[in-house]
Formats: sequence, C-alpha cells, structure tokens
Amino acid sequence: MQLDVRFFALYRDRAGCSRFSLQLPEGSTVADLASEVRRLFPRLAPPEVKIVVAVNAEYADHELTLQEGDEVCLIPPVSGG
Amino acid sequence: MIEITAKPLDPDQTTAKVRQDTNGAVVTFLGTTRLFSEGKRVVKLEYEAYEEMALKKLVVAAAAPHRREAFFACHKTVDRVKEIVPIWKKEVFEDGSRWVACENHEFASDEAATIHADHN
Repeated sequence: MQLDVRFFALYRDRAGCSRFSLQLPEGSTVADLASEVRRLFPRLAPPEVKIVVAVNAEYADHELTLQEGDEVCLIPPVSGG
Repeated sequence: MIEITAKPLDPDQTTAKVRQDTNGAVVTFLGTTRLFSEGKRVVKLEYEAYEEMALKKLVVAAAAPHRREAFFACHKTVDRVKEIVPIWKKEVFEDGSRWVACENHEFASDEAATIHADHN
C-alpha cells in the first residue's frame, strides 16, 4: 500500500524533505512504518527516542494497522503553543 | 473546554468562560515571547504547526473553589498542552537557530489524547 508521509520541524530538517511517498506491505503497523523510516533516514532520531506518529491527524499507537491512503505525520518533540 | 482559533486571543474572554459563583479562584495563563534564551538574544521565533491537529497560541484558564487547586489545574494543563500539541518553535539567534523542545516530550502515544487536570 501507498502512504503519504509528512515530516515537520526538526525531522524535516534532518530528513531534508517535508513529505514523501512510502510503499509498505498490506497489514503493516505504525511500528513497521517507524522502522522503515529509520532505515531510510538514519539521522532522523537516535535509537532511544521513540518516533511519535500521527495517523490522519490523531496520535497513533505503534500497534495500529495502517490503511492505504492514510496520512502519516512524524511528530518530533513539540514545544507547545 | 478546549477552543481552537486562528483569531487573536482574548484572555479576558477565556477567563470569563470559566468564572462561576461557586469558584473563588481563576488562574489564567498567557504564553508570551521572551527576548533571551540561554543568554542569547532571540532575533525572532518561527512557528510551525501541524494545523489539522494544533492550537495556534495558548490561553488557559482554570477555575476552582480555592486558589491552590486553580493554580494546580492551570499548571498541569499548560504542561500537558506543551507536551502534546504539535507546534514547533524555532528560536533564531544572531548566529544560528535551534528547535525548542518541551522538557517532558517523551510521552506515550496512548496517553497523548487526554488532558487531565485532577486536583483533589
């Protein structure tokens, strides 16, 4: 399945792009996505930092199964309003 | 009560919304920009938000029968918002810049949706 992945702020600076399209096997979870993103962008976050992911504008558990067409955003540490 | 707006914020209006005769205290928090950060002059702040999820700027008002509880609730709510709301702030100095991170940003995603101000 094809997913639209967006980076913000620190992650965008480190990834060097603000969004990209990612192909993952059907049934992949947020955890699968996070490890694939780490593989593609090794500088994104140190291994001890859990990558926080929002799916369709809501924070998502790493166990969540992704669906074709989901909008996925990688959320670096926030600084609030 | 949470309200998201792109309009200029009005702390008086926010405060009025939580005022009740049964409460003896209202604490309102207003976030502002500071001129210096870790000894360096901040030339400007750049904000970035995941707009579909974010509040733009922050006013929090908390009301309770007594001031201790009102301060506590306001404090906890601001902390929580700073931890979970996807807004990023870049401090731009004369000689560089840095992304600001909330001190307690390592939250578990399953608790991220709840803003809880328990004050027994």
